[in-house]
Amino acid sequence: MKISFIRRERASRTAMLVAPVAAFACAIVASVVLFTLLGKAPGQALYSLLLEPFLTWYNFSEVLLKMAPLLLIAQGLAIGFRANVFNIGAEGQLIIGAIAASALPVWYPQGDSAFMLPAMLLMGAGAGMAWAGIAALFRTRFNANEILVTLMLSLIAAQVLNYLLLGPWKDPHGFNFPQSVMFPDAALLPILLPGTRVNISLLFALIASVLASILMRHRFAGFQLLVGGLAPRAARYAGFSEARAIWVSLLLGGLAAGLAGAAEVAGPLGQLQRSVSTGYGYSAIIVAYLGGLNPWGIVISAFVMSVIYIGGDNAMVSADLPIAAVWVFQGLLLCFYLAGLTFIRHRVSFIRKAKP
Amino acid sequence: MTALLSLQSVSKRYGAVQANAGINLVVDPGSIHAILGENGAGKSTLMKLIYGVESPDAGVILWKGQPVNLSSPAEARALGIGMVFQHFSLFETLTVVQNIALIVPGRKTDLARRIRTLGDEFGLNVDPEAMVHALSVGERQRVEIIRCLLLNPELLILDEPTSVLPPQSVARLFETLRALQARGVAILFISHKLEEIKELCDTATILRGGQVTGRVDPRGHSAKDLATLMIGRAMPPPLPATVQAVGEVRLELSGLDFVNDDPFGVSLSDISLRVHSGEIVGIAGISGNGQQELAALISGEVVQPGDMIRMLGHAVGAVGVAQRRKMGFAFVPEERLGRGAVPEMSLADNALLTAHGAGLVQNGFIRRTPERAYTAACIARYDVRTPGPEAEAGALSGGNLQKFIMGREMMLEPKLLLVSQPTWGVDIGAATDIRQRLVAMRNAGAAILVISEELEELFQICDRLHVLHKGHLSPCLPTHATTVEEVGTYMIGAGKSPEVAA
Ligand SMILES: Nc1ncnc2c1ncn2[C@@H]1O[C@H](COP(=O)(O)OP(=O)(O)OP(=O)(O)O)[C@@H](O)[C@H]1O
Ligand SMILES: [Mg+2]
Repeated sequence: MKISFIRRERASRTAMLVAPVAAFACAIVASVVLFTLLGKAPGQALYSLLLEPFLTWYNFSEVLLKMAPLLLIAQGLAIGFRANVFNIGAEGQLIIGAIAASALPVWYPQGDSAFMLPAMLLMGAGAGMAWAGIAALFRTRFNANEILVTLMLSLIAAQVLNYLLLGPWKDPHGFNFPQSVMFPDAALLPILLPGTRVNISLLFALIASVLASILMRHRFAGFQLLVGGLAPRAARYAGFSEARAIWVSLLLGGLAAGLAGAAEVAGPLGQLQRSVSTGYGYSAIIVAYLGGLNPWGIVISAFVMSVIYIGGDNAMVSADLPIAAVWVFQGLLLCFYLAGLTFIRHRVSFIRKAKP
Repeated sequence: MTALLSLQSVSKRYGAVQANAGINLVVDPGSIHAILGENGAGKSTLMKLIYGVESPDAGVILWKGQPVNLSSPAEARALGIGMVFQHFSLFETLTVVQNIALIVPGRKTDLARRIRTLGDEFGLNVDPEAMVHALSVGERQRVEIIRCLLLNPELLILDEPTSVLPPQSVARLFETLRALQARGVAILFISHKLEEIKELCDTATILRGGQVTGRVDPRGHSAKDLATLMIGRAMPPPLPATVQAVGEVRLELSGLDFVNDDPFGVSLSDISLRVHSGEIVGIAGISGNGQQELAALISGEVVQPGDMIRMLGHAVGAVGVAQRRKMGFAFVPEERLGRGAVPEMSLADNALLTAHGAGLVQNGFIRRTPERAYTAACIARYDVRTPGPEAEAGALSGGNLQKFIMGREMMLEPKLLLVSQPTWGVDIGAATDIRQRLVAMRNAGAAILVISEELEELFQICDRLHVLHKGHLSPCLPTHATTVEEVGTYMIGAGKSPEVAA
């Protein structure tokens, strides 16, 4: 008896749909084992991880709140991933975006101009683009790998944030906490769903999804990116510029992440603090791949991932689960999904060994 | 005597396409057995079933009388079956010897030595340390053949091995194959070149539409008979030879030098040539003598500032592919998959790849209706056998994909067309058709440059010829005033003894 993987004639649509669901199921099974080994009741843990987020309106609204930055960043990243441009540093672009957006309210804490908020969002998006643009410049000029450059730029961004919050931008009346002043109302995003913290950045994310879908399906520019990702030599043959693909991918990824950073400080945080960097930029990579790099798939995966986030917070309290266990659950999900991807292009066959 | 290999009513279906239907085939040891058929007849599919790349939906495969159920090429190799694919299976980022070591056991230094000796013995010279991406298609094929021979197969499958080899190498390959035959090795040989089959093979099985439609001894039939058997109708008439006045210069290379950074690539020196409106100029030569580099410089995939290249009235040294195409230039590269076409994308999207300027894009939006119409027209006019514009390019048979790419570029009605290997892997019916269309384009005033290893083809369609050898271009040879022999001497480096040449 022998098991072998045989390449399919064409990608299987069924497998494409089943893979994420199966990955989800496998991650649940594996984490049940894991939670049991940790001595936690797996039933309780999964209940708070996966069900509690739906049980109260407040919890559910928190899911939507988390979903906004994840979705926005993932849409930006997925465009690049499909063009084989790997922006791993969305976290850094988010931080820089948050910092740039915070500059206005930090300098004008009493500001009440109606232009303050739009200016902050523009500054955040622009700064995220610029930060990612550094990596594009390095890649196109010096052929420096964008994975490393974006990743290292994230470390720098985190240090810039630390410096500002411990030094020049620290709130003088903040009991020495590393955080900025509270932003004035004119610097805060309007609430979308009354009675919750969900603000209009969720709309930004949904609009970004529509735009991403149009770009990748109907725009020639998106087609060029796809060709560059699938067959770089065909792209060169057709005259699609590789440098342009790198710039477009990184700038769009940086724009989305920078905007998400701005929306965090102008949204739930209401000030610049260290917790603006909670790993959305990294989780968005998982979200992008779980969604099959498809704009609508990403909407679903962003939602699922937010549920796990909120559920994880709950599980820490009600099931006494360490935060690391939540991360392991996310990691399992990604691993199983990537394993599942094999089945899209390959099928398994079980063969009884026939001796010649 | 039991047959080495026999197939009994083997079938294989891909979606809507019945690629093989109830095929019976018997291969005896020491036989050179041809598989003949039009593009898309199911030849490659059948070979993939024998080599364990695909498994049949129905039917039995017997190896030395025993039923076998091959699930992978590794199992086929273990039995003693070797195969050279129509589309190569080498890793471009590895060297020749690394590629071979993936399949052939042994130390790399030993392998490199064996590659050299085998190369000398059979005239399949390649540098074992060369990176595969720097090799021409012809050289890659040599690597594939060597890789098979190193495993001492009892059955060797060659899927269109000669389509990219120059005549000299074909002759040596045939010697190799006859030597193998004398040792009792059976060979399954696919080719669209009927003269070759008559010369080499003792049996021919003819496929049409996935079914066996005949079994003949090719030595007893004329090429014309074989062609009729194969395409089921008489051959299209030969091309009328017309001489016509040429127009303005559309491509001019003057003293083009190119220094290749790649140690295994070829540098070009002092290349001068002109292509006028209304003529077809051919570049003959054995692949690996700078054809790839020359094509990339003309297409703009490699840019080299300067005014050594003038195209349609402009110096285009520093101008990229996109602008050159906008000026009215089109190009068919020698690699179909991954360069001329994106295998994972539909034919419609592959039309968009280079025909986007033909009204398929408006304000940056892809217009699906014209895209489909263009693709459907290309499929219809160039007789591409496929379920339709939505089919993935990678699912087309080799010759059909070639017809599609040729059609896509020719439908753009370029002012200047560069074609590498225009009829590579295309069956004779379709090849004649493509040549006729090239001549028609020339008559309508297009300037066409054809890079090919097929002398016969070049002599048929070209007004003038050059020969490329080790990065040097021969003087211009008007086709009516030269001979195959003269071109042949340039191909191996005029004035040098043949042994010096690769
Ligand atoms: N992977 C695949 N998926 C779908 N259809 C396929 C696939 N491979 C081959 N086909 C179809 O099967 C038929 C036979 O193809 P095959 O490659 O065997 O032809 P062939 O005789 O080798 O032609 P050629 O002379 O052009 O190489 C074609 O119609 C082709 O479109
Ligand atoms: Mg074939």
